[in-house]
Amino acid sequence: MDFAGYDPAGSRQSRGIVSAKIVVAGGFGVGKTTLVGAISEITPLTTEALMTAAGVGIDDPSKVPGKETTTVAMDFGRITMAQDLILYLFGTPGQTRFWFMWDEIIRGAVGAAVLVDTRRITDAFAPLDYFENRKLPYVVALNRFDGADLYEPDEIREALAISADVPLVMCDARDRESVKQVLVTVVEHAMIRLQAEHGRGFPAPVG
Amino acid sequence: MDPRRDPRGALVRPYAVTRGRTEPSRDIALEAVLTCSATQVAESRFAGHDKYRIATVCEGRAQSLAEIAAYTRMPLGVARVLVADLVADGLLTLHTAAPAEGFEERMEILGRVLSGLRRL
Ligand SMILES: Nc1nc2c(ncn2[C@@H]2O[C@H](COP(=O)(O)OP(=O)(O)O)[C@@H](O)[C@H]2O)c(=O)[nH]1
Ligand SMILES: [Mg+2]
Repeated sequence: MDFAGYDPAGSRQSRGIVSAKIVVAGGFGVGKTTLVGAISEITPLTTEALMTAAGVGIDDPSKVPGKETTTVAMDFGRITMAQDLILYLFGTPGQTRFWFMWDEIIRGAVGAAVLVDTRRITDAFAPLDYFENRKLPYVVALNRFDGADLYEPDEIREALAISADVPLVMCDARDRESVKQVLVTVVEHAMIRLQAEHGRGFPAPVG
Repeated sequence: MDPRRDPRGALVRPYAVTRGRTEPSRDIALEAVLTCSATQVAESRFAGHDKYRIATVCEGRAQSLAEIAAYTRMPLGVARVLVADLVADGLLTLHTAAPAEGFEERMEILGRVLSGLRRL
């Protein structure tokens, strides 16, 4: 979508463009980039941040020599929903040692989808722990790879130790409609959570 | 050592464009979007090559900090410093990321995102 004729210095200054984001997490090869690509209006982009092993997420070149540094790549996509509303989808680096990067990714996020490959279920433990810890609303999306055993949802819940109020959905990360359903579930769950927290009288800032 | 020969050099070198600064003058969310008018782009010509590149990326289309970093191939931290400078100098317009506080405001954004998804 173009902002042809849009003059940011002009009349629409008051509210501006709001952007929201949803986080897509899961182990390596579980289908995060595929999921983002299935629904994004742009080919998923990658940005790299330079990180020190200390984990503060600071890219200070003076601290580089002698310290272990790494770049963390994150994939993301974009859905322009209206002239003043854009949704971004961020794929997290899956490895545990990049958790410090997730703080930046989840700050202000609507919620998250944790992609799970039933053949490698333990890969989901780190993101699940992390989101629970940070109180970020999340849903679990089972990515049904060909040749994977079909488990009952209850078996998966038990294996992942997720509570009954966490939505569990089947998905095919290659299929746009399926991905859309995952994202709808994330937003609905976030709204239910926010409503419940509001009803109990305490806010739940995320990040 | 020649930074181009250091395997880490390619990562470290971009900070030359920020004159070694790694702290942006303001915190900008990954998804916060920026826009740049034709006038702002013209003025940013005098702000240096890298800032001008950023301005042109945002011309006519709102771009998030993450997109700016990806399109310019700058590490996120570098892009953030330069973008913050451009905003401070009035050469880029920073828009708000979704509000993190206020029940009504958050519900409203969530509702809009939900209907946006359903319309896809
Ligand atoms: N059968 C099947 N294959 C998938 C699915 N999602 C992803 N893949 C494939 O799995 C591989 C890894 O996916 P990718 O999105 O790169 O995983 P990432 O590391 O989590 O980003 C790719 O070859 C995809 O085509 C799915 O839902 N079903
Ligand atoms: Mg990937």
